[in-house]
Amino acid sequence: MSNRQTLQIQQMSGHSGPIAGAGVQRDLEVCKLVDTTTCIGCKACEVACVEWNDMPFAATMFDNTYQTMPETRWNFWNLIKFNEHQKEDGTLMWLMRKDQCMHCADPGCLRACPAEGAIVQYANGIVDFQQENCIGCEFCVSGCPFNIPKFNSSTKKVYKCTLCSDRVSAGLEPACIKACPTGCLKFGTKDDMKMHAEARATQLRDHFGFEKAGVYDPASIGGTHVIYVLHDASNPELYGNLPRNPQIPWSYTVWKWLAKPVLGTLSLLGLVGVLFHYVTVGPRRAQPEPPRRSTEPSPQSRGKKEGQ
Amino acid sequence: MSTSVERFDDKARGAFDQIGDNQVYVGELLRHRVYTRFLHWMVAIFFFLALFSGFGIYLPWLFRWFTPVFGGGAVARALHPWFGIGFAVFFGLQTLNWLAPMTWTAADSRWMRNLKSMIAGKEKLEPPDTHFFNAGQKLQFWEIILGTIVLLITGIIMWSGAHSLGRLTVAVSYILHDIFALIMLFGIFIHLYLSTIGQPGTFQGMIRGAVSEKWAWTFHPAWFQEVTGRDAREAVEQARRDTAASGSSPKLPMV
Repeated sequence: MSNRQTLQIQQMSGHSGPIAGAGVQRDLEVCKLVDTTTCIGCKACEVACVEWNDMPFAATMFDNTYQTMPETRWNFWNLIKFNEHQKEDGTLMWLMRKDQCMHCADPGCLRACPAEGAIVQYANGIVDFQQENCIGCEFCVSGCPFNIPKFNSSTKKVYKCTLCSDRVSAGLEPACIKACPTGCLKFGTKDDMKMHAEARATQLRDHFGFEKAGVYDPASIGGTHVIYVLHDASNPELYGNLPRNPQIPWSYTVWKWLAKPVLGTLSLLGLVGVLFHYVTVGPRRAQPEPPRRSTEPSPQSRGKKEGQ
Repeated sequence: MSTSVERFDDKARGAFDQIGDNQVYVGELLRHRVYTRFLHWMVAIFFFLALFSGFGIYLPWLFRWFTPVFGGGAVARALHPWFGIGFAVFFGLQTLNWLAPMTWTAADSRWMRNLKSMIAGKEKLEPPDTHFFNAGQKLQFWEIILGTIVLLITGIIMWSGAHSLGRLTVAVSYILHDIFALIMLFGIFIHLYLSTIGQPGTFQGMIRGAVSEKWAWTFHPAWFQEVTGRDAREAVEQARRDTAASGSSPKLPMV
């Protein structure tokens, strides 16, 4: 883990060309491991998140589950999702999943964001929003496969979990990790966490009868910096709409780096075109009036049809 | 439908003529009445507000210096849809107002075939069957109608957000919104040019409402004939024939 006070930027939204200072120092990829099989739904992580980030206590919303509210909010970044699942043999499973930003290796929010530097990805894998650069367009909301960025209509900016980048840059673990009483949350390098997770999944398969137990680290977005151990990795949708195969709309890359600059330049050709038309061909001027013949009606007898 | 629209337009034109005035001096013709001018400039104001606030969303890295005019990037983004709605409302009224003179005719198709030599400056006069609007103006009018419809639909989709309408719908809307905004940006350059320095005398038609008779018979001969009852083109031809017959030095307009 880094003991530097700053984090190096690896990717920046809306930024063309290289990132200044990128790759100067090496950094380890960090990872949060969430073992859903040992989560007891105590919500200590929810409280720790709200406390550390100095967010006002949000009103809860009861929807016939133990869940604090239906989904994360702009000032509530960490939410345990409670899901009841009936297995084929009729027995019940109570699945609890800590829902937060997944800190994707290929972040859809960052790909969609047009504002330079509003979303950055640090070399350690944390994806962070920089609200001073955010224009509140909410494109990131459509880019995210996990429904994480949330818009605050009074500040007109978007917010989400920072993976406690402020703590991590100071050599501390994220607040939620520190608060977890069961050890179901772990924090470390991606390699270490992946190893832990696979070991736990093997244990679940071999000794606890969860034949489909596995690790959720979706390859379709290059992996994530928050990974889950699931009882049933073949069916992540059970855990409150965790997508099996998260996708980022294909259009963003074409739109941002091809359509926008190319079409923008083409439309500017209109300006260049009329300028050179004036210079080369020149304006069309009104011609002098033709001679009036005596048989023509006088100006006074004109009809009143003029004007639209 | 057309009759109720006509009644509405007539009422609006009459009401605005009470508020404003159409000053037409000797040698001039009334081209645009107060109502039309009012709508045009409301459309123009909202167009440029939407355009400039849109620039800050389209390419923030390039136009972020401009967004403080609106109160910052986030406020520009928040205001942009309202500017767009203002544009759509006033252009909608203008559409009703102009539906009749903007209807495409056979003369317009002929005009379009002649476009190349028109751009090359070989034609000093518009074709004699060019009425109140020429085909180029009509083309832009219908392009703006199409653009406004697409921008309005995609804009509302983006406004509702990915939560309500799905991520892919919104992602596709971004592209369509940009494409049609850029088509309209391309069009506005041509519109600004031809209404000012590209065709002198046009601008005052939308400012004061009146144009010179010279301008009218040069650029909209069929309209000129309808309003004045004079066939200017025929007069030119007649004068040319007379001159050729008498052999005297020609005193013809430069055609």
